[in-house]
Amino acid sequence: MSNAFIAFQKNDDSRCIIEAILDDNPGAMVDDQPSMVKIDVPNRLVIKRETVTEKMGREFDLQELQLHLITISGNLDETDDEFTLTWNS
Amino acid sequence: MAIDLRTVSITPLRQTFGHLARRMGADKPASRYMEATMDLQPVENYHYRPTWEPQYDIFDTTRTSITMKDWYALKDPRQYYYGAWTLARGKMQEIAEGDFDLVDELGLAAAYPAAGKEEALQVFLPLRHVAWASNLNKAYVSSYGYGIAISQAACYASMDQLGVAQYVTRLGMAFNDLDALATAKTAWLEGAEWQEMRRYVEDLMVEKDWFQVLVAQDFALEGLLYPLIYERFNDKLNAAYSPVFSMLTRFQREWFGETTKWMDSILKTTAADNADNKEQLAVWIKHWRERAIKAVQPIAGLAFGSEADAVMEEVVQNLNARAAKAGIAL
Repeated sequence: MSNAFIAFQKNDDSRCIIEAILDDNPGAMVDDQPSMVKIDVPNRLVIKRETVTEKMGREFDLQELQLHLITISGNLDETDDEFTLTWNS
Repeated sequence: MAIDLRTVSITPLRQTFGHLARRMGADKPASRYMEATMDLQPVENYHYRPTWEPQYDIFDTTRTSITMKDWYALKDPRQYYYGAWTLARGKMQEIAEGDFDLVDELGLAAAYPAAGKEEALQVFLPLRHVAWASNLNKAYVSSYGYGIAISQAACYASMDQLGVAQYVTRLGMAFNDLDALATAKTAWLEGAEWQEMRRYVEDLMVEKDWFQVLVAQDFALEGLLYPLIYERFNDKLNAAYSPVFSMLTRFQREWFGETTKWMDSILKTTAADNADNKEQLAVWIKHWRERAIKAVQPIAGLAFGSEADAVMEEVVQNLNARAAKAGIAL
């Protein structure tokens, strides 16, 4: 079993994205580093637009997360509503 | 000489302010909204009482019959603190200005059919006085409300209404210059259709319970008026003439859509806090809804003629649905 992960620069927007990830992915592990946050989830990591919108208090376009993105690992599936990273195990 | 490079990770001693950490139950980074909102208002050691109302403290929870376990539960889902609010409004204004520029550049307002202009001005322009009254009433909520969560959002809404009044005025100027404003003022002061509306907003100017003012102004009145004018009446004008009216009222439409989310969340949170609140809100909404219907009905008559009753029924039902969604049984 491998971890799907994603890493963001630390800022106001990405904090909301991270909170959303933690809400939507029960197995998530946070690696909090200076100016960077990496999140590992076994097999499958999902970011839901609706949750991020609620955390931010404004409409959020999933493509906005590219602005804060450092790196990802896993097969990416991107729709208007979900951004999903998976490993086939 | 060999040099060893090693990374030293310096972790901050604390992630946020103590009062926020205690609120969140953990020392984790707080959003700007939380930092700019939570517990900012003084709650103790008041030195002086207001000279005009010595029975109250400067900030006093008993100025309304609504009670809350925590006044900061009345959070704004849009998370507006001053910076976020000005940015959001700046953006909306830029787009609205673009529409006004385009209408001006292409001479669209001048080309708008005379019958359409007359219809729009008659129904729409006196609303600049309603917006100004709304500004005053929301400012009252802001100044006497308890806790920054509600008072800052009310203050922004109050300032927004000044913007609305200005946009309404500019539409009038675009359609018929200064004459439009003078006619609208006469209608507001003397026109039979407008007197119930005027009585409504002016009565609110002397209502003392700030939460009641909020419910009456923002929920009951604007909850009927905005959908009626900016959706139904707008659709009617668009179908008959051209979408110029839509372009020149973009700000108000966007503002209402966004502010509705805030208002609904405030009602929901307040009603959920305790049973007395729920009951009180239902009483207020019923009372002010009836009065608001009476105030808005003649304007619907001006706008829709024989179809006014059907349109009114629809917007009233939408308002009832909003109350039901907030958990308030009417």
